[in-house]
Amino acid sequence: MSNSKFTRRGMLKTGAIAGAGVALPTIFTASSVAAYTNEPTGGSVTLGFNVPQTGPYADEGADELRAYQLAVEHLNGEGDGGMMNTFSSKELQGNGILGKKVEFVTGDTQTKSDAARASAKSMIEKDGAVMISGGSSSGVAIAVQGLCQEAGVIFMAGLTHSNDTTGKDKKANGFRHFFNAYMSAAALAPVLKNLYGTDRNAYHLTADYTWGWTQEESIAAATEAMGWNTVNKVRTPLASTDFSSYIAPVLNSGADVLILNHYGGNMVNSLTNAVQFGLKDKMVNGKNFEIVVPLYSRLMAKGAGANVKGILGSTNWHWSLQDDATKAFVKSFGTKYGFPPSQAAHTVYCQTLLYADAAQRAGTFNPCGIGEALEGFEFDGLGNGKTLYRAGDHQCFKDVLVVKGKENPTSEFDLLEVVEVTPAGQVTYPIDHPMFAGGALGTCNAG
Amino acid sequence: MLGMNKNDTTMLLLVAVLTMLAPFILNPFPTESGWAQFNAGYPDLMQRFVIFGIFAIGFNILFGLTGYLSFGHAAFLGIGSYSAVWMFKLLSMNVIPAILLSVAMAGVFALVIGYISLRRSGIYFSILTLAFAQMSFNLAYSVLTPITNGETGLQLTLNDPRILGLSQTADGSIPVTSLFGLEMRSTFEMVLGPWAFQFNVGYYLSALVLLAAFYLSIRIFRSPFGLMLRAVKSNQQRMNYTGLNTRPYTLAAFVISGMYAGLAGGLLASMDPLAGAERMQWTASGEVVLMTILGGAGTLIGPVLGAGFIKYFENIFSKINENVLHGWFGALPDGLEDLLVTLVYPFVGKGWHMTLGILFVLVVVFLPGGLVEGGQRIAAWLRRKKAGKNTPTSTIEPAE
Repeated sequence: MSNSKFTRRGMLKTGAIAGAGVALPTIFTASSVAAYTNEPTGGSVTLGFNVPQTGPYADEGADELRAYQLAVEHLNGEGDGGMMNTFSSKELQGNGILGKKVEFVTGDTQTKSDAARASAKSMIEKDGAVMISGGSSSGVAIAVQGLCQEAGVIFMAGLTHSNDTTGKDKKANGFRHFFNAYMSAAALAPVLKNLYGTDRNAYHLTADYTWGWTQEESIAAATEAMGWNTVNKVRTPLASTDFSSYIAPVLNSGADVLILNHYGGNMVNSLTNAVQFGLKDKMVNGKNFEIVVPLYSRLMAKGAGANVKGILGSTNWHWSLQDDATKAFVKSFGTKYGFPPSQAAHTVYCQTLLYADAAQRAGTFNPCGIGEALEGFEFDGLGNGKTLYRAGDHQCFKDVLVVKGKENPTSEFDLLEVVEVTPAGQVTYPIDHPMFAGGALGTCNAG
Repeated sequence: MLGMNKNDTTMLLLVAVLTMLAPFILNPFPTESGWAQFNAGYPDLMQRFVIFGIFAIGFNILFGLTGYLSFGHAAFLGIGSYSAVWMFKLLSMNVIPAILLSVAMAGVFALVIGYISLRRSGIYFSILTLAFAQMSFNLAYSVLTPITNGETGLQLTLNDPRILGLSQTADGSIPVTSLFGLEMRSTFEMVLGPWAFQFNVGYYLSALVLLAAFYLSIRIFRSPFGLMLRAVKSNQQRMNYTGLNTRPYTLAAFVISGMYAGLAGGLLASMDPLAGAERMQWTASGEVVLMTILGGAGTLIGPVLGAGFIKYFENIFSKINENVLHGWFGALPDGLEDLLVTLVYPFVGKGWHMTLGILFVLVVVFLPGGLVEGGQRIAAWLRRKKAGKNTPTSTIEPAE
């Protein structure tokens, strides 16, 4: 330990020197006249990609990161340009955004709202990001969207499927390209009716957070409207890895349909458990027992392996679609990484392009300008057909795919087949729909 | 000074200087240089440093002095956060009532949990506190969703009542947390040549609270009460045999450290008005144990060091991705570059847990007294080197 003595004189001296030292640099202080948070002044602009690299959604997060990298390459004019060539808006020149080279920083949300906000904050405060994108969990997306609203940067939501993201928790600075639980339910219900009839007893297993809740609500409402009976709704913690204790009661509940409101690693585990318990081969009430996974992705299908055969669900996009945009994207993603992209990769790629295009059209990175450019923006050529960014709630409206686990997959990627493409009109809802009511966009915040 | 001996005064002044100059100390690299990756001087992380420092100081009052290892301290952190956010929702955006309520609520919960858990000691005590914390976590996560908003976390909305403040500002956004109008998020940026230093109101408020908390902890360590707690650690049975009832002392220590945790939780929510259930999870409780042990349990400054260390890893190392690595090694030949990136990558980015784990093992094995012991050894080594030139004789320690 130090033995220095603290005398009055010594303290005064140090105090004076320290004071002078602190006062001196203020001479050089640049008066900060930035018009908005993190206005890019140099030759580059920084985007923040905040995805789960650990936790139940880590696979989706990794794929999102690949797509972000690809999008940044394309924006900077490297690679083959991907969907920039098929995109209906032709503003992007392949020279960055507004002539500034695109750079990016990444972070780990750990699928926890707290960690996600810390990571997003460091991107905004330390790295000077003007836009945050990402999130493979609606809880995280909503938390980060709130943060971006406060900080005055744009949030381009990645994989978030909860009604609340553009419903009761919508924010003026937040935009979502991905579809939502209501749309899944609206697209699935007619298909379920055709295949399984109107006299069914459904049992819900639901991931216990905002996405699970809204999806359960949406699916239950849609299926009950066509005559199904909901036997039970059971909530499971997001961090669970073993669902056998939740599956066992299903056997004796009299239900003949199990609806798994699970995603990512959760769904892989719960579906595997359900198949191990022999649910798929059971007969209940004289009907074949069925399992439905309302939100599906290829990564999950891959994780669950043969268990997904014949199981229905919905998805935002699938790589096997035959339009030019999809083909272009699959080709450039496949060339770089050697396998086709997932829907998570697709949506974040689109979001990055949409942001860049909006900035280009607005001629500024100011969140308010970008917001205006995105609101009511109609576009095509990003793999989902004609799409509208609705001004009232910042939700994209486009066709929804109903898919089924393939019985005879031809390759390890060819796991899902598209059963039906539900047109956008059928899944559109009014802004004040009760499932989305209760929030307000507020006004855009530029910091 | 202030009723402390000279060493403690020095230490307090040292902590004061470090915290006040943190924006400079933590930003040693120019913003445009490649090393800027390692700068930690941005408001959010600095706030976390001091807030988790407070949390660890409080934990150390219990664990460092009495030896009672609580594995559920995060529960109080979470309770503090929830209380604070509710205060922001219902009362006003001023941080003072929010922090006061957090401390009080954490104190009440600590009293109840401590009263029950302290009937046992050792591993049973740890398990009891862990059980309570896990119970609080599960309550917050699903059962009490109307109060805690489950996994999404409790957030402010535009239609909160806020009786003493505004529900929404004139331009239609949620008001920000403030201290009588001084916004927590307002930051003054000083550009000095290639460097940029950020001075944030919220950080300085937290730093002042840290200093107060540190001072209080010094006084507790040096008080007769602190001595009693140390006695509990060295031999509780003997104390009981001499006719002393130790329970009130341990309970007081438990409540004090719970209130410290509540204070930290309240501050966290004041800096960023969101309270998530994962703040109460057992991993969060484990984290504060790691911080204390890594820094040096039972020492005054150790927990603060440990907290800073862990938060630095969590926020800085986790952000080094493959691209950054390629940037670092870009000058090397391709094969070598890829090899180095492959070798280093598992330890940074999402692998930061692993690096931290290795470090923790090393510290526990080689420096059981934590980073503080490391510092002391270096100091002693330097002193020996200096003294070695004059008097090569070693002093003989008398046997106890």
